Amino acid sequence: MTGRLAELVRALGARIVDNWIWRLGFACRFLWFTLKESGPSFRRFHLTIREIYFTGVLSLIIILVSGLFVGMVLGLQGYDTLVRYGSSEALGVLVSLSLVRELGPVVAGLLFASRAGSAITAEIGLMKATEQLSAMEMMAVDPIARVVAPRFWAGVISMPLLAALFSAMGVFGGYLVGVRLIGVDEGSFWSQMQAAVDFREDVLNGVIKSLVFGIAVTWIAVYEGYDAPPTAEGVSGATTRTVVTSSLAILALDFVLTALMFRGH
Amino acid sequence: MATSNLVEVQNVTFGYDQREVLKNINLVVPRGKVVAIMGLSGCGKTTLLRLIGGALFPNQGEIRVADRVVNKLGHDALFELRRKMGMLFQFGALFTDMSSFDNVAFQMREHTNLPASIIRDLALMKLQAVGLRGAADLMPSELSGGMARRVALARSIALDPMLMMYDEPFTGLDPISLGVIGQLIRRLNDSLGATSIVVTHDVAEALELVDYVYYMSAGKVEFQGTPDQVRAAGLSSLRQFVYGEPDGPVPFHYPAPDYRQDLFAQ
Amino acid sequence: MMTRKELDLWVGIFAVIGIGALLFLSLKVANLASFSAADSYQINAKFENIGGLKVRAPVKSAGVVVGRVSDIRFDNESFEAVVSMNIDSRYQFPKDSSAKILTSGLLGEQYSGLSPGGDTVNLKGGDTLKLTQSAVVLENLIGQFLYNKAAEGDGKK
Repeated sequence: MTGRLAELVRALGARIVDNWIWRLGFACRFLWFTLKESGPSFRRFHLTIREIYFTGVLSLIIILVSGLFVGMVLGLQGYDTLVRYGSSEALGVLVSLSLVRELGPVVAGLLFASRAGSAITAEIGLMKATEQLSAMEMMAVDPIARVVAPRFWAGVISMPLLAALFSAMGVFGGYLVGVRLIGVDEGSFWSQMQAAVDFREDVLNGVIKSLVFGIAVTWIAVYEGYDAPPTAEGVSGATTRTVVTSSLAILALDFVLTALMFRGH
Repeated sequence: MATSNLVEVQNVTFGYDQREVLKNINLVVPRGKVVAIMGLSGCGKTTLLRLIGGALFPNQGEIRVADRVVNKLGHDALFELRRKMGMLFQFGALFTDMSSFDNVAFQMREHTNLPASIIRDLALMKLQAVGLRGAADLMPSELSGGMARRVALARSIALDPMLMMYDEPFTGLDPISLGVIGQLIRRLNDSLGATSIVVTHDVAEALELVDYVYYMSAGKVEFQGTPDQVRAAGLSSLRQFVYGEPDGPVPFHYPAPDYRQDLFAQ
Repeated sequence: MMTRKELDLWVGIFAVIGIGALLFLSLKVANLASFSAADSYQINAKFENIGGLKVRAPVKSAGVVVGRVSDIRFDNESFEAVVSMNIDSRYQFPKDSSAKILTSGLLGEQYSGLSPGGDTVNLKGGDTLKLTQSAVVLENLIGQFLYNKAAEGDGKK
């Protein structure tokens, strides 16, 4: 009985060590190499610009449309709740604070992970599977410097901009529904919002959050791509893992960051 | 001391985990020659090529390229040496996000500071050498297998390497493309003054083309000699290989329990 | 395949609207232009009771936002609440100004109101306001009202 239990614990422990701790250590080493080989991403910035096009510009549509709808829904739901307490002018506060502090970075991060993160993993994984990375290495070009680092930095640069666009679009959506459609007073919508939203506490913290999410998502995406087994299942499995792992990472990091930033208020 | 051999492999043993792939290999490639490494699939030919390119490191032994020990070089020195090597991968391994032209120009842009106009001329010259100057603007997905292989060949000679390595250059090609690639390997070797290693199991094509043959089996060099010596050799496994006989020292069947026992077991 | 020029153009557009969104959030949503924390001075005020005043609540004078509450502490010696306020340097107040804790509307959020005094010397950073008026606590108000009513009743008898 105890023998089987010990066996079970040992198997579980081995699984955790093999699947998580070992991979985490390897991913950290990989991040270190990526940072160390980041010179060309900035010296030859057109490499990074190209990747910003693929991660940032191509994510624009989904980010803008989702932001607009999330803001419009917030406007409707928020109004419905606030009007019961006779404070429908606070709609601007509700919409903008929830977007700038939480929904902007988090939802934009989740969309970014599934739109851009999965594409990065699939691309790097396929380059590995078709020996393009080995070929590059044989041509004395480091694939981490030439392929991984520009994609990493493009993601880190794009994510805060996308989150800001999401929040701005959401505030606009809330304005459309609240002021234009329902008829909340326009002046108090904006002025209450401006009185309640603080630049450093809310806007800047939101930007910091989105920056952290950007680093986490692209790190996971490039690592999973580079580490993917060079087969069709390998790449598709890695792509799925990118979306799942980075979504979980965003939500967990969001909790930690929120606890650090907004405690005591 | 400068020897007349560009590549020297001495007593090299290599294995992944417990499985030994190469056992005590000795092999030399003289300057200016085209040398074939032949053998069955899975006998360690590609591994040997990767060892020479420094992508893998041997468990024992030494690999010298141009009098430098590849497996003892640091990262920078290895990359320096690799600039003088070209490698053609089995399926070309073209960069799928770039046109043929950009593929060929890739190394020139990465490793030189040449102005764009000169890079353009050089890359077009390389494409002309493989007969595909007209396909410069095509993407790899628009090329046939044989054309992709030729573009990859143009890419690997971009910096006029002293050592060319070909990994199964004939696999999956139609007879015409096959002949074209074979001729190109010989012609480029002689006109560039390079040295070439061709890893292949395509016997007929290789014997026409090369100066010297190493025949490998189960991780060992089983036979070496000129193409004529290979054709005349009495070694039975080599004979089976050269003339494509289905059964012989290399069995047709993968090891299995007795057929009759297996069928009537239940 | 896109040329490098087209790529640059698109990425440029992306950067411009992204930075535009950041500016929109900073200026229009958070109203950074009208009040920046950079050039402000801090004053303190002691209150017997701050009610529901929160950190970051606005500080208003004559209805205009002139600063924000930056910190609320409890003073262990005087058993009072010490409220620190960051006041925008563009607004100067006499040294004998007084602070109140007020409520916007019947159930709205609480803020700190500054009423200017008549002194010729202005407040400097680190000064403490002498005159303060605590928050109106609804329970006390009702208690007072009931007490007065009871007293009135006693008088009539």
